[in-house]
Formats: sequence, C-alpha cells, structure tokens
Amino acid sequence: MIRPEDGLHAALVRRGMTRRAFLKFSAAMTAALALPATYAPRVAAAVQSAPRLPLIWLRGQACGGETEAFLAAAEPSVTELLLDLLSVDYHESLMASSGAAATAELTAVTDRYPDGYIAVIEGSVPTAEGGMACTVGGRPFRDVVGEVSAGAVATIAVGACAFDGGTQAAGGGQTGAAGAANIIGGDRLVTLPGCPVNVENLAATIVHFLTFRELPARDGRGRPLFAYGGLIHNQCERRAHFEFGEFVLAWGDEAAQKGWCLYKMGCKGPETFANCPTVQYASRTSWAVKAGHGCIGCAMPGFWDAIGPAYQRLPAPLPFAPNVSADQIGLALVGGVAAVTATHGAVTYGRELRNRFVGRRRGANVALADGGPAVAVTEMPAAAEEPAPVEMAPVETAPVEPAPVEPEGVGPTEAAADGQSIPGSVRAAEIVEPEPAPALPMNVPEPSADGDDGRRPGDPSPGEETRP
Amino acid sequence: MTRLVIDPVTRVGGPLRVEVDVRDGVVADAWTSATMFRGLERALIGRDPRDAWLLAQRICGTCNGVHALASVRAVEQALGIAIPGNARLIRNLLAGSQLVTGHAAGFYLRHAPDWADLGAAPGGDPGASLALARSISDAPTLTVGYLARIRDRLAALIEAGQPGPFGPAQPDDPAYRLSPAADLLFAAHYLQALDWRRSMTRFQTYLGGKSPHPQTFLVGGMALVTPWGGPARATGGEHPRRPDTSAPAAFSERGQATLSSLVAGARDFVDHVYLPDVLYLADAYRDSVSTGVGLGNLLAFGDFPEDDSIVPRLLLPRGRVMDRDLSRVDSVDQSGVAECVGHAHYAEDAGLRPAADGATNPRYQGPPPPVTSLDGAARYSWSKAPRYFDDPMEVGPAARMAVAHAAGGPAGAVVDRVLGNLGLETTALFSTLGRIVARAIEAKLLVDRLDGWLGELMTNLGSGDLALADISDWDQARWPGETAGWSLGESAGGAVGHWLRISDRRIVAYQVVDGSTWNLSPRDGRGRRGALEEALVGTPVQNPASPLEVLRVIRSFDPCPACAVQ
Repeated sequence: MIRPEDGLHAALVRRGMTRRAFLKFSAAMTAALALPATYAPRVAAAVQSAPRLPLIWLRGQACGGETEAFLAAAEPSVTELLLDLLSVDYHESLMASSGAAATAELTAVTDRYPDGYIAVIEGSVPTAEGGMACTVGGRPFRDVVGEVSAGAVATIAVGACAFDGGTQAAGGGQTGAAGAANIIGGDRLVTLPGCPVNVENLAATIVHFLTFRELPARDGRGRPLFAYGGLIHNQCERRAHFEFGEFVLAWGDEAAQKGWCLYKMGCKGPETFANCPTVQYASRTSWAVKAGHGCIGCAMPGFWDAIGPAYQRLPAPLPFAPNVSADQIGLALVGGVAAVTATHGAVTYGRELRNRFVGRRRGANVALADGGPAVAVTEMPAAAEEPAPVEMAPVETAPVEPAPVEPEGVGPTEAAADGQSIPGSVRAAEIVEPEPAPALPMNVPEPSADGDDGRRPGDPSPGEETRP
Repeated sequence: MTRLVIDPVTRVGGPLRVEVDVRDGVVADAWTSATMFRGLERALIGRDPRDAWLLAQRICGTCNGVHALASVRAVEQALGIAIPGNARLIRNLLAGSQLVTGHAAGFYLRHAPDWADLGAAPGGDPGASLALARSISDAPTLTVGYLARIRDRLAALIEAGQPGPFGPAQPDDPAYRLSPAADLLFAAHYLQALDWRRSMTRFQTYLGGKSPHPQTFLVGGMALVTPWGGPARATGGEHPRRPDTSAPAAFSERGQATLSSLVAGARDFVDHVYLPDVLYLADAYRDSVSTGVGLGNLLAFGDFPEDDSIVPRLLLPRGRVMDRDLSRVDSVDQSGVAECVGHAHYAEDAGLRPAADGATNPRYQGPPPPVTSLDGAARYSWSKAPRYFDDPMEVGPAARMAVAHAAGGPAGAVVDRVLGNLGLETTALFSTLGRIVARAIEAKLLVDRLDGWLGELMTNLGSGDLALADISDWDQARWPGETAGWSLGESAGGAVGHWLRISDRRIVAYQVVDGSTWNLSPRDGRGRRGALEEALVGTPVQNPASPLEVLRVIRSFDPCPACAVQ
C-alpha cells in the first residue's frame, strides 16, 4: 500500500530538485535537530526511502493556530508533507468528507494501519462536566484522544494547549482543560509547546522519526531537547546588548530603533526554553524579539499565569525557576563590574542547565554513531538514573550567588557531577566572553566539520565524550 | 421527515454540528451547534489591559491577529489613546493581507472540494486543463508538465487508498458538475494555493514576528523595529560595538523589497488564479444563487481606517441593511448588540448586553454522550445568539459587500464590476454562491489596496516619521480608576466587537461577539433562527446519504466555531 518510491527524495527529484539541494535540505534538518553534521547522510538516506507516514490529526479545544502553522511548513513544505512524506488521513480542517463518513475514517484507522500511525493532538482536552465542553461526532474529545492514541506508534501534542491546557487553563479555566500528557502520558508522547508550535520543530520531529525510527530525546515532560534544551536568552541575537547593559526603556525610543535588549520591557527570554531565535518562523523570516516585541514565554508551562504581566520586567521570584531570585539575573544590567559578574552568573546558570540536558543528548548521539541500538539510546538513558526534572528549571544546580567568571575548565567538573564523564579539555573557543566582533549568536549554526552544532560555551563536545 | 446529522462538519474553523430535517427532498428546519467552549473571556478578567490582546488573539488562530487588533482597539478606546498613522498602516497591512490570504487560499482548502470533485482529477487531461486555464485567466501559472505530474501523483495517492485531503467530499455525487479537466485544474490550484499561502506567512511574519498569533501589537500602536533614525556612525558617548545593523527586519531595504514582492505575488494570485476560478465556478453553478438565501438582514461593522481622525473613513464601510433593501443603509450603534442564551449552554436566560451586563457562565445542559440528536426546543449550542436591536443578522463578506455597494464609494464599484461580469444582480450576494463571490470581490478590493498602504508607510519611515506607538498613557498611574471601551471591526467571518471594563487598572469584564457568533447563532428567546439556520431552510437535498448541497450552504459562511464561542 505504501511504496518506498513515494518517498520525499523521489518526489523532490520529480520536481527537479538536485542531489546537491537535497543534501542541503538534509543538512538543514540535521541542524534543526541539533545533530552533529555527520548525521546528514543518515538523515538523507532515511528521508529518501521513507514511505509515507500515516498521520491522524485531532483538534480539541483549540484556536486552529497549530493547523495554521502546519499549513505554513517550509522545510519540508506543506505540499511535500501532504503529498510525499505524510498521509494525512484524518484532519478536520482539511479532509474532504464530513459527518459520519469522517468519523468512519477515524474508527477504521486502527484496522487500516495495524503497525500504527502518528497521532497529532492540537488543543486541550476538557475534563470537567464529563468533557462536554468539546465533543466530536457527539462524543467527548477525551474519548477520541484515548482511542486514537492507543493505536498510535507515537503521539505528538502540538502547541501550548495540548501541552498543559494552555489558554484554556489560563487563570484556572472553566472547563478543566488538560494537556494530552494528562490524558495519555507514556513514553510514546512528544510535546511541542509554544503558542503556536513552531512548525519547524514538528517537521524535525517527524524527520527524526523517519530517520531513526525513534522519537527524539526528550525531557521529563516530553519536550525534545533539540528544540527546548536551550534558553532563548542564550541564543538571542540581542544578547550582546544585554551584556553591555543596552536596554530599550520605552517603546519606540532610540534603543528600540537600534534593536537593543528588551529585558526591561518584560521580555521573558531569560526564562524560556525554546529555539525561536535560531529556527525563527516562516523560513527564518523573523521572530518576536527580532521584530521588536519581547518574548512572552509561550513555550513554558502555565505561561499565561506564570509570566505575570507581559510588560513587567522579570519579577522575583522568577516564574519558572522559583529558587532563583530575579535580581541575581536581572541585576546584570546596570553596568560596571557587578553587572558583568551577575551576567556571568546568569550565563553559568544557563550553561549548567544545558549541560544537564544536552549532555544526555550527546550520550544518545554518540551511541548512535557507534551503531548502538537506537531505540535504547534515544530514550534518554540518563532519565532512568534519576527522576527527570518536571520543570526545566535550575532547581539544584543554579548558582544562587553570582558566580565568578570561570569560562574554562568547568565542563568536566559539571559534567561529572551530572553523571557524565568527559575526558580531555574544553576547547579554547568555549569561553563565555562575547566575541569581540559585532556578530551575534543569531542564526542556527551551520553544522561544520568539527561537529560544532551550536552548542553553548561549556557544553560537552560530542567528539570528546564517551558513553556514560 | 428525516433528521440528518452532520458532526463533525469538516473544513471549518472548529468543532461544529449541524442537524437538518428533510421533508420531500428539501430542508424544512435546521439547527447549528458549536460543540466547543473554552472560557477565554473569563480568563481575561483580572489581567493588565495592556496584556489583553495577547490572550484575546488566541480566540482564533485561523483568522489570526483579528482579535489582537480588536482587543488593543478596545483598550485604546477605553484609555483615549490615538495611535500614530504608521501603526494604523501596519495594522491595515497585517489584517488586510490576512484577509486576502484567508479568502483566496481558503477558497481552495475549504470550498473547492465541495464544487470540484478532486477525486476525479486524475481523469482530467492536462492539455484540456491548460486550455481551460487559458480561457478563464489572462496569465495562467501552470504548464502541461506540471499538470501531468499533479495528475499522476494524485492518481497514485488515490490508488494507494491514501488520498488525504484530495478525496471527493462525496464520491460520485451528481451534484458535482465540473469536467475532469476542471477538477484537475482546481486540484493543481489547490496545491499552488498552499505554496502561495506559505509565502504570505512571510509577510505576516515580517510585520508580526510570527504567524499565526503576531506578537508586535501594543496598546498605543505597534512594537516593530523601525530603521534607526539617528546618525549612522557611533558618536563619542556610545559603545563602539553597537550592532545596529542587526536591528531592522521588516523595514530594512531587503525587508521592504520582500514585502513589496509578496504583495505583488498576492495580486498575481488573486488576479490570475483565485478570481478567475471563482467566476468560472459561479458560471458553472449559476443556479446556486437561489439556495442559502438566508435572513436578508445584513450587518457590517466595517474596517480598515483610511485616516487618523476620530471617526475615520473606512475602506469597508459600516452599516446595516434590512430586508434586502439595498437602497438604504442605516448607521450602526454598538449599544444595540445583545446576546440571547436561552438556547445555549449558559446559566442565564435573558439577553445580555456585552457593554453592560454581559456574562459567560457555562453550564452544559444538552443530552449525555453520545449525542445522537439535538432537542431544538432546549439548549443545544455553546454559541450565544447575538441580536442587533433584537433582530438576527447575517454578517461576513456578503454583508460587507452589500453594505459597501449600498453605501457607494470605491468598494461598491468593485462589487458592481465583478457582479456585472457575471450578469448577476447585487441581490445575488444573498446566496450560497453569492457569499463565495463576495469573498473574492473583497480579496480583490483589499489586494489592490495593500500596495498603497505599504507605500505610504515606507514613505513616512523614509522621511523620518518613525512613530509607531503613542505611549504617553503607557504608565498605569495615568489611567482613570474606572473606564470602559469597545471596538467594532471585521474578521474574515464578519462583524467583530470587543467590550471591556477596566477598574483599578485591571480588566473586570470582557465580552466578545465575533462574526461567526452572529452566523452560527442558535435560536433566540423568541425561537427565531440564526443566520446559518435560516439559510439552510429550503435547501434541496437530492441524496440524504450525501448532503453535499447542505454542506455547501454551511461552508459558504466560512463559519469559525472557535471564533463564535470563545
């Protein structure tokens, strides 16, 4: 029924795409997944031969924004997704049939695909009052989600609402709205929070599945580390202004025209884990901070209530890291030595977090490179050793005092404390000082031959790492 | 009498159920039920009014940005803030490009499968399709080779039993009337629409930071980075390494060029693909002007202010037309809006005026699941029933175009021209087909205006007028203790109103009535049908197992249950 020759590469060739262009695409996907560049051929090989993946898209309490984002997919494009990569058998916003005929497609799907399919869930699931705040075909959405995800090889919860209830849970909500994880849970769930999801991350998750027949490494709440393993603040193109104490103080002021840091206008980038600055939106056209408005933290749990007022400078206690007081990060900002110190405190805190998560990913990647069992390693072996953190917050490791500047040599120590063994020294390039050139850490780094795939200073290097 | 239940109604903006009673092959009665409630109005209470637009815009991600705009306008009205002209232009560009994209791409994604049998497209001859395209469009964008590839691809998908969206809405339904060549043409344009739509996402992202849910609005204006208006070189007191060049995105030279070319691409798509296809369809299904006629009471709040006065001229004018009488347009008074909840799942019984005693207290009172049939005499929808001075109203593109025509002016001229080409009267707007044509007319009207707004904006910025926001009232300390505001505007679905009250710098009441709330309205306290319910009555149903005609009427409204029920 599904033929290998229907794969993406065949389709792209039919459209006149060159081998070179295809490899470039594979490299871009590899970079999006934060895999070392050496994986590009593997991604290319997998995507070339992949049969169309059956996909069932369910929409619950949602605004339709995730669908809108999906329909704007660029790499691969939505037409390639629909024609070549995926078989979107059920999607209420797209499908031809309606009513009983549509419902029949849903009930037949388990029979049609005994080997499973991908289920995508958009929107939250109401649980109060029997779930009657959202029904499809006369049945509570909750029941539909349960049935469809039971037969799925993987379920992807897209957007903030499917992550933890999102907008419907703001201020407590009136419908008992829950995320998909509250309904189905389990290790076959990927969550892609954000309002809406960045479709590049959805596409990358699908490509990862096609490549490795496994879901990408995730944190304890199902968020792929390639997308949610880094702070926005650390990847932000305006980061240098933060370092120099150059802040927008009023909308439209000179600093705003110059594109200075929006921290004091309430930007939640210092507290939000997502890859918006590197991946951006719509073929890297822009993202909120680049356009001129602060981040609102929409990829974080319960962000409508946790962030407080959108324009209030990050308060104490920090919304997503209750154990760190705001000023230890925020105080950076006035200038002078104290500021530099505090800034590096913030950097160290971010770096430690990344070590915790990225280090595990490295472990997974190295195992893969060795031809190890993909299934075992991509399931985050480290997660089995200790309870995965529920929040990506520096609960234990964040320095509560501004840390002294210690750009070098911290990798092994921290990594060892984290259960990782990293022989060798940290490379000289991995210093925390901003580059002297005005170039900012703004784009997804092109994977280069030395395996530099955009790691932050202090990250363990995959080449220098052994399996734990 | 046969009761037909359609649930879910697909290709609309949220969970929707429609039930119709069919007697002697004609719909005798109809009930529309929005089957989702989220509680966003309540979630807004207690928040900082400057944050409201962020949450309010999550009402809809399909008509995205519309509720952000409605929300900031309501707060600005409450606080007495007048935005700079540049902000007005950017808002018009965001909302206008969104409307054009939504209408044109939506025609293929949501409407075309009801009129063209995409499942029959593999039977079309690419040469004949191209000949057809040339006969209806000045500059068709297809080649025989492309059409042949699409045909083969769709044939393979259908053969594999995985057509995805390209299956027939109702296989072999006699209500399909186009030739296989035309079916193939529509299938190819469907794919082109997807690609073009993706390019328009870049336009939205330049000006909004992302799409959907643009993030550059502010109470008082917009938060975009303008070109740096100061000296080009660092002066003594400045840090020598300020990387100004990284700042501008939308308004850099490259950004301006991209925006212009995207507008040109949009005009090409509307002129050479969308509009010709709609006119071809209208010709082929000319008799559909007699179905889905509906209420005949039309309401447009109007939108796209063309100047910065307190009561600006609107590109799409505001007005009300009663009983299909296009010789007369009444002015609109927001205080005439009230929502009945007698047939909706809320605690109250009486009509609620959003400006005064509006409330949203959900209480499901329908049958337990699985719901097999609705009781039309009881409460049966999550949608409230808005009424304007007690009358049910139809809103949306047809209403806007009818009001524009009745009010005269440049918008009315476009309406006349397109309908004249089709040989249709203006009253043909009140029909299944009329709504689809009205959408195309509106897209044409707006796509031709985008260039003007963009040019005006770039001229202003180029001449040093960099003001994008009036922040003199940004500080909450300057606000009155108690105030209230409202805004009237238009979404793709129709007239949108936001009403809020602010007390002690916090929102204490927030009510939204969207265009789809009007159109998906259930019955009111006096048992009168909503706009879609009324339009469904009288629709012929050839085959009850395949109620394609009913679905065409439903989708002609482009209903958005997510907007209708917040």
